[in-house]
Amino acid sequence: MPDGMADSPRLLRVQEFLDKRYGAGILSRSFEKMELTVKIKRAELLSVLAALRDELGFNVLDDIIGLDNLRSAAPEEPRFSLLYQLYQFPGFSRLRIAVDLGEGEEADSVTSLFRSANWEEREIFDLLGIRFAGHPDLRRIYMPDDFEGYPLRKDFPLEGKP
Amino acid sequence: MRAETWIFEFLIPVAKIIAVILYPMIMVIVMIWLERRVVAWIQGRVGPNRVGFQGLLQPIADALKLFFKEDIIPKEADAFLFNISPPLVMFSSLLAFCFVPLGESFRVGGYTLNLWVADSPVGLLLVLGLSAIGVFGIIFGGWASNSKYPLMGALRSVVQVLSYEIPIGLTVLTVVFFSGSIDLIEIVNHQQHGRVWFGFMLPVSFVVFWISGIAETNRAPFDLPEAESELVAGYHTEYSGLKFAYFYIAEYTHMVLVSSLVVILFFGGWLPPFPNVRFLSFLGWIPGFVWYLIKIMFFLYVYVWIRATLPRYRFDALIKLAWKWLVPLSLANLFVVVALKYLL
Amino acid sequence: MAFKEIELNMGPQHPSTHGVLRLKVTVDNEVVLKVEPIIGYLHRGMEKLWENATYPQILPFTDRLDYLAAVSNNLAYVLAVEKLMGVEIPKRAQYIRVILAELQRLASHLSAVGFMANEMGAVSVLLYCFQSREGIMDIFENYTGGRLMVHGVRIGGVPFDLDEDVTGLIRRSLAEIPGRIKDIEGLLNENRIWEHRTRGIGVIKPEDAFALGLTGPALRATGFAWDIRKNIPYCSYEDFDFEVPVLAGGDVYDRYLVRMEEMRQSMRIIEQALDRLPQGEFRLRVPRLLKIPPGEVFHTVEAPKGELGFYIKSDGTDKPERVKMKSPSFINLQSLELMCKGNLFSDIVGILGSLDIVLGEIDK
Repeated sequence: MPDGMADSPRLLRVQEFLDKRYGAGILSRSFEKMELTVKIKRAELLSVLAALRDELGFNVLDDIIGLDNLRSAAPEEPRFSLLYQLYQFPGFSRLRIAVDLGEGEEADSVTSLFRSANWEEREIFDLLGIRFAGHPDLRRIYMPDDFEGYPLRKDFPLEGKP
Repeated sequence: MRAETWIFEFLIPVAKIIAVILYPMIMVIVMIWLERRVVAWIQGRVGPNRVGFQGLLQPIADALKLFFKEDIIPKEADAFLFNISPPLVMFSSLLAFCFVPLGESFRVGGYTLNLWVADSPVGLLLVLGLSAIGVFGIIFGGWASNSKYPLMGALRSVVQVLSYEIPIGLTVLTVVFFSGSIDLIEIVNHQQHGRVWFGFMLPVSFVVFWISGIAETNRAPFDLPEAESELVAGYHTEYSGLKFAYFYIAEYTHMVLVSSLVVILFFGGWLPPFPNVRFLSFLGWIPGFVWYLIKIMFFLYVYVWIRATLPRYRFDALIKLAWKWLVPLSLANLFVVVALKYLL
Repeated sequence: MAFKEIELNMGPQHPSTHGVLRLKVTVDNEVVLKVEPIIGYLHRGMEKLWENATYPQILPFTDRLDYLAAVSNNLAYVLAVEKLMGVEIPKRAQYIRVILAELQRLASHLSAVGFMANEMGAVSVLLYCFQSREGIMDIFENYTGGRLMVHGVRIGGVPFDLDEDVTGLIRRSLAEIPGRIKDIEGLLNENRIWEHRTRGIGVIKPEDAFALGLTGPALRATGFAWDIRKNIPYCSYEDFDFEVPVLAGGDVYDRYLVRMEEMRQSMRIIEQALDRLPQGEFRLRVPRLLKIPPGEVFHTVEAPKGELGFYIKSDGTDKPERVKMKSPSFINLQSLELMCKGNLFSDIVGILGSLDIVLGEIDK
């Protein structure tokens, strides 16, 4: 399978746009398996997503994925990552924006930009314990309301707590 | 007391009263079986066919099961009203059967046996009025259950029943107009001797009456108040065991009553069809009440057929249908019929 | 008892909420003001389990997500894994996967339409749909042995080859489905009661639908030609000639029509695939202990309920570091409140039925 970004002109354009606009805010980028992942600083999240949505046409937020890097990251690196999977309709390109978060840090809620993020952020809060500033209704969605702990974290046992 | 007096004035009336109670009960048992098998056949299934020959004893099994269930009364329920509403609904339907004639009178020895318990000159009015008393049972049941769903269901049922009483009354008026009497027996007599039955003479009346009749009995497609996907079960949600059986039986009894009314008012009661056609005169040899039963069974079958086929009306459309369509239609029908009768 | 603003509770045990779903409904004398879905009653912790299972072991779990359309979940997962591995699947295997996926789409839509009709009172339609569904389940049973939990794909291909028995069975079952669809449409499409209960009910405006992330037949009924099979083709869907039905009403009736038309298109695809089935391998040899080098991938497919996706991050071992599933019903359910606002309480079951959710997918 061809793996060069040159085959995806749209993604090339996205990368150039982001480099020009947010130079310092871009922490890294990678292009693997025909997917572009751009890691940005936490503070730039809302403005990057807004720019991507309004100016480049990435108008769909497919999913928000929360990662717990407890085992894979070095201790001084941030523990959590949030991945925002964006999609362009029509145009059909995909883009992933990654944000790193430490323990106890809050991310900005993107519900003001993408209404579908409401339950997705609730799910991440419920299972991983990441709070979202500005979320209209941040509470647990799967676990009972009085549950203590965050089940999807790597240090939460598979068998559950009694 | 002389033996004859004792027989004619005590035993026979008591037997008739027992028959009036038994006849709807037997029809209900038949209906339960019919409904489950016919709905199953329409859906491509078989239906219950294990209990007894072809499942004919299934209703008995159902009744026994309900008999043995625990009788639950919700703690906050109004016990008196809660207990009284099932019998009330049954009572009103059963009492109406006293006035329903099942066939022509026939002579046994020197005595004329009437196949009805009471022959009232205002029989039709009494039947309609009695079936409307059942509304009280519904309201008591829904209110006494002290729970949101039954109350909403009861209110809906009541509004439905009351709204559809009006088209029934108006269409029945056209029949009364033609027969000149509100005595049920007279109405049937008026349709004999080769006269066209009222159902064919007044088709609009028949159709409106039939639709309103289905709505009166809370049957599909007008069964939203008790549809299980909506309010779980409407006004009889909180009832279990024998009391629930009462409601169930009362609904079927009401269906049989409405079918009887349709047959008597519009389809000649116990009269055989085609009385003037020579080579069909053998039909006249079949006794009247057999014809009556055949006709009733046909309408009960149509009840079940409609239930298995049509989706349900939403409640507001139900009421709109009654007030916006059926009431004006039956009023217009009444005027047209009267005008035509005077002009022709 | 005051009759303004009652709060009613539907579920979690309710005959028509498609599973263990709890709806807190606030009504003002029958008109719905607010609907709040409360989920989590079927949460089984799948994503946590997947972090402790090997890649092939995860595959049977995916059957249990959307349990009415098992093959679509399998396919979505397997395609994501294969994209991560970077392997190319033989054409024959791809065609067989398409056949299975489209059969599963037929089964899922039949069940969706059947239940929607059942909740509105047309009880016979449910049984007619399920009879056709039985024909499809027989095909699956013949193929892998599973009727509901089909497990019909493997990493690298499909478990068995399609032999004469199965293809004959597929053609025979397919021959009777068009007649069945015609029956159902005859009973429902022009039926005044059905139209009254579905036209103009549960309307959602296109911009709202898009913003809320709605996908699947519900979105196609508002006017968006969103179908991953056409937009970002996978698994050789670009080889087939089919249409994507798109309507513009956004109400329950249009969602029902979209599903009926999709069933016809699925049959078209299956016939084309059966006619042009290429020769070749049906399965790649994949090591038993499958270790995938580190990387991450996000891949979506067009499942019957909407856009189903998997994000997989591998760390080089035989177990994934993180697997996240993008569940269409989870996101679609967010639109329920907007669709129900202003309608009557009795319409909620109809709207929920037209939205076609499955709690297994929502709760994972």
